[in-house]
Amino acid sequence: MLLTITTTHPPATELGYLLYKHPQRCQEFPLSFGTAHVFYPEATEERCTAALLLDIDPVRLVRGKPGATSQGGTLEQYVNDRPYVACSFLSVAISQVFGTAMTGRCQDRPELAQTAIPLLAKLTVLPCRGGEGFLRRLFEPLGYQVTAQHHLLDEEFPQWGQSQYFTVELQHNIRLCDLLSHLYVLIPVLDDEKHYWIGDDEVEKLLRHGEGWLTSHPAREQIISRYLKRQGRLIRNALLQLVEEDNPDPDSTEERHAQEEEAVEQPISLNQQRLDAVVAVLKQNGARRTIDLGCGEGKLLRILVKDSWFEKITGMDVSYRALEIAQERIERANLAPKQRERLQLIQGSLTYKDKRLTGYDCATAIEVIEHLDLPRLAVFERVLFEEAQPRTVIMTTPNIEYNIRFENLPAGKLRHKDHRFEWTRQQFQTWANQVAERFGYKVQFLPVGPEDPEVGSPTQMGVFALVI
Amino acid sequence: MKLTIPELSLVVLIGASGSGKSTFARKHFIPTEVLSSDFCRGLVSDDENNQSASKDAFEVLRFIAAKRLAAGKLTAIDATNVQPEDRKFLVALAREYHCIPVAIAFNLPEKICHERNQQRPDRNFGTHVVRRHVQNLRRSLRGLEREGFRHVYVLSSVEEIAAVEIERQPLWNDLKHEKGPFDIIGDIHGCADELEALLQQLGYEAINHPLNEGSFWNTPVYHHTQGRKAVFLGDLVDRGPRILDTLKLVRNMVLTGNAFCVPGNHDSKLMRKLKGKNVKINHGLEQTLAEIATLPDTTREPFSKEIREFLDSLVSHYLLDSGRLVVAHAGMKQELQGRGSAQVREFALYGETTGEIDEFGLPVRYNWAAEYRGEAMVVYGHTPVPEPEWLNNTINIDTGCVFGGKLTALRYPEKELVSVPAAQTYCNPIKPLFPQPSQDFALTAQQKVDELLDIDDVLGKRFITTRLQSQMMIRQENAIAALEVMSRFAANPKWLIYLPPTMSPVATSTEPGLLEHPKEAFAYYQQQGITEVVCETKHMGSRAVVIICQNVEAARRRFGVTDEGIGICYTRTGRRFFDNPVLEAQLLERVNSALTASGFWETFHTDWVCLDCELMPWSAKALELLRRQYAAVGISSRLALTEAVSLLEQASQRGVEMSDQIDRYRQRAEMAHQYVTAYRRYCWSVEGISDLKLAPFHILATEGTVHTDKDHVWHMEQAAKLSQFDRTLLLATTYKAIDLNNPSSWAEGVRWWEELTAAGGEGMVVKPMQFIVKNTWKLVQPGVKCRGREYLRIIYGPEYSTPENLENLRQRGLSVKRSLALREFALGIEALERFVAHAPLRQVHECVFGILALESEPVDPRL
Repeated sequence: MLLTITTTHPPATELGYLLYKHPQRCQEFPLSFGTAHVFYPEATEERCTAALLLDIDPVRLVRGKPGATSQGGTLEQYVNDRPYVACSFLSVAISQVFGTAMTGRCQDRPELAQTAIPLLAKLTVLPCRGGEGFLRRLFEPLGYQVTAQHHLLDEEFPQWGQSQYFTVELQHNIRLCDLLSHLYVLIPVLDDEKHYWIGDDEVEKLLRHGEGWLTSHPAREQIISRYLKRQGRLIRNALLQLVEEDNPDPDSTEERHAQEEEAVEQPISLNQQRLDAVVAVLKQNGARRTIDLGCGEGKLLRILVKDSWFEKITGMDVSYRALEIAQERIERANLAPKQRERLQLIQGSLTYKDKRLTGYDCATAIEVIEHLDLPRLAVFERVLFEEAQPRTVIMTTPNIEYNIRFENLPAGKLRHKDHRFEWTRQQFQTWANQVAERFGYKVQFLPVGPEDPEVGSPTQMGVFALVI
Repeated sequence: MKLTIPELSLVVLIGASGSGKSTFARKHFIPTEVLSSDFCRGLVSDDENNQSASKDAFEVLRFIAAKRLAAGKLTAIDATNVQPEDRKFLVALAREYHCIPVAIAFNLPEKICHERNQQRPDRNFGTHVVRRHVQNLRRSLRGLEREGFRHVYVLSSVEEIAAVEIERQPLWNDLKHEKGPFDIIGDIHGCADELEALLQQLGYEAINHPLNEGSFWNTPVYHHTQGRKAVFLGDLVDRGPRILDTLKLVRNMVLTGNAFCVPGNHDSKLMRKLKGKNVKINHGLEQTLAEIATLPDTTREPFSKEIREFLDSLVSHYLLDSGRLVVAHAGMKQELQGRGSAQVREFALYGETTGEIDEFGLPVRYNWAAEYRGEAMVVYGHTPVPEPEWLNNTINIDTGCVFGGKLTALRYPEKELVSVPAAQTYCNPIKPLFPQPSQDFALTAQQKVDELLDIDDVLGKRFITTRLQSQMMIRQENAIAALEVMSRFAANPKWLIYLPPTMSPVATSTEPGLLEHPKEAFAYYQQQGITEVVCETKHMGSRAVVIICQNVEAARRRFGVTDEGIGICYTRTGRRFFDNPVLEAQLLERVNSALTASGFWETFHTDWVCLDCELMPWSAKALELLRRQYAAVGISSRLALTEAVSLLEQASQRGVEMSDQIDRYRQRAEMAHQYVTAYRRYCWSVEGISDLKLAPFHILATEGTVHTDKDHVWHMEQAAKLSQFDRTLLLATTYKAIDLNNPSSWAEGVRWWEELTAAGGEGMVVKPMQFIVKNTWKLVQPGVKCRGREYLRIIYGPEYSTPENLENLRQRGLSVKRSLALREFALGIEALERFVAHAPLRQVHECVFGILALESEPVDPRL
């Protein structure tokens, strides 16, 4: 909500010309989400500072304007940092209040506008998702000298740790229009959030404001990806509200955790090897009708659906959001209707018996069981082996012994934040043998990924065959 | 002419075009009972006479007829039905739904039909069509019974048709008007000693009855002075020592209206033997025949005939007490109850088998009761069990008397079991009556079935009827979200017998500077006709439902939970409150000790309790939320606003006119500090159990009782009493009872709130004195919250208290929140009541799931 720009380029007060704002006045600019004030806390020949102060009313942003018919507005929460921090609201304000300055034009001082002058931008509260390192990676390649002060969440509760907020000073000899463009793009990138819907025109905006610097920026990919918010959030779903208590945003954390797990396992592209192994076993077992339990975003489904050997493919997951993503990705694959109709997606749970799970040759549960609380596993066993009772069951789960071979996984940490457990080979095999025994199956174990003589393979697979 | 048809039948009208079927149908059936092929042709083709649409039309007709029969609705088929193949599919349909097929044929001369058709402009077909119809009809008439019609009526003249009266007859098994009370008695197998003892124990008296004077049947008749009736579940004969005595006793009670009896498979086999059928003499039949053989020659014949007639008169199963009770020898599936077909009788006598044979060479019985979903209680026998056990509202009371077990009766509606042990083992069972205890012997049959919940009981659009509110809709959109929470995060569903409802705030206050004030709470309840309310301090922690069992054994016995300790503490979304199991166990142990010390278990005759509580500090559960949202807003607002003030002051010192802005920003900075002060009050760090405070405020339920019949002062007093036994952990909630008719009491309530909130307290909850209050037929809010000025900053943001913001926030609508609060309240109470009544878990779970669904943001079902 607060940005100051200071110059020491004499006569410093000419900053007023560049910004089109008179140093002796406090000016107000109405914006759709509040009011912007521009004033100068200091204005001498040696040093001149312009302040852009945003006045955002959170109550109005949640409730909508008084008298407006539609409920709700830009924000969901009354208790919100948006009015106080530098975020996309500030970017919008910059482009509207300093719009001309941003283009690099200035009627009265055209040359000055095109001259690199010593400028200091200060952001009182800048959320930096990714920390100081990321902040520096964004601004230092552009030539800024960065000073950042990190803030505790609450000085009375130091044990709560650091906040995401920094007070940041950016110093550089640079044209004003470039400074404004950098801020315009990089503030929301650091914040990793936008208050408005991301449409096609956002790409155009990014290219316009990134002209001349974005292409060569070493963090280009991250900037683009964050600026465009990856995907619209289709559903800020129910889960959000319910699980809010102690789970932040399910969508983004989910995705982040998945990425983390992938990152951990990446060097050997374990996921691909896992899926290849599953497909091979499916074919060996003649499993033309297959159901993927806990299909997630549909990685296995997309492989199966393209192979016309499979006759019926069903993906089940408990997360509706994951199923929607799976569906989007499958639609994007542009399958022929004949191919597409072999596949269906259903929402279901591994802890409820479900007659829709019957009638398949094989059920796969790829990296699924470790997401169940151990005490709930007994129910899952019955749902799958007693009620659904497919001829073949393929299960994979991490081999915890292998974790020490992952360089970027801290010791003792599980691969994914939602993993409720990870098993050694012995633990998995003991469990699987008991299950097979109890429900009339035979089980075989296969390694997935490179086998280490000491700790085995990163993923372990159990193939259960119903004894007829 | 009177035509008698069973109440639940498929009536097939048979006759040529123009024979008057439709007119007849209109006269004798209500419009929705009649399915006409013409109408269905119209439905699919816009032309009732379009013969080429017949195939589709009959598919529609069959579909509708099937739905009606499944729902137990009489259905009349108005089509020519003159071809045998047309009728065949209708007979098959009736059989599929266990309804009785009835044929009514219209055997009129061709001429009349033809003339009638000519008067109708839409029937311009030639004479040959009607001629063929009539020929086909006449050819069919003799074979109708053979085709499977149980009643066949042929009407042969216009006059006869006009004179018809239809009488609908209840099925033989329909004894819904018999309301009981009953004593239902399991398989006797000739154990007359035990039977007599049992009847005496149940309060029956043996009297001499003139009915049988001088006859072979002359034995006393058992009669209950209070009008109770016995219900015998069959298998009277074979195996035991006094088979004929048993038959006499039961027959006499039935004929004198003191009892009902359904047949068992042994009785049925005896009957077939007596009818001269060739049956295998085994499984004790030889004993029955031996007893008959000892009779003097003169009586043997007539007696055998009478036995045969008595057994033949028995009806496979009965629906009693308005359909709430079903009795049958081997049980009765819901879809067969009250229906009549050979299959129904088969099921009643033998149950169903899976087709497999067990280790003793006996057929493996299909456990229909495990899947039973019906409303009616089903009492049955047939398969000896060591102890009767409830399962999905069914119970098998054959306790194997003849095998040395006992003879058991179930008293209805009391649901009490009364039994008499067998005097000896009269017959050795093929399979041991008392099986080896297996690994999971500790769980009841119901608990074992409850291990697996069915997704059909929670997913999709559903309606739940509760005692407090009927037909509550749970939308699919909400269920989608709830399924994920329930599956991924919630605790074992066996623990989840309750979830707390949301609570509505008071209507907004117009007092300057305030959004909420107790005046509105009092006014709301006064308006609902309530005179007494209770104000309770509102604690700022996290809602916690705490279930404590007296010991691990009680947890297993009552909740069917093993290896999960003596209880649980869970949040309003059904998650375990603590990630740390050690801390949870400590908390449960402490509460358990307090309960024990206070004599709670004895006072309440219980070994478990469900408490509704608030657990402090807020930061114990909400730390993540505090870090992500509350503290984050605190630090960012303070930094930003303080800096803004200082910049504005600098500018002002330079002479720029901005005093308005400075004042405003100073005020805003001040509010940011007040906000931080507000949330800090509810935070302290939790190192262990000694940092926790638990404030129970409802003693929700104990064995046999949901304590919603006590008022809130009772609940407060109980909680206060309990807290005396662990003052460091348990916090008694302060409260005040307010008489709304007394202005000074009212004012005192307001004053108390002012004191509480001035000291920075969260505020209070105002509840009607009674736990459940209905105003005429509508539920009244079980409580409304009235929060303090400073506390509301945590809800509406640091700066909510500016006059403009207050003005905006006052426009909050309450109706949605209030309706939600009532629905969730009704579901929560229902869940507890079902649990306390030992309902199957799925019935408890659907309520709990419903609350979770109502609390979930809807998800658009787009897949």
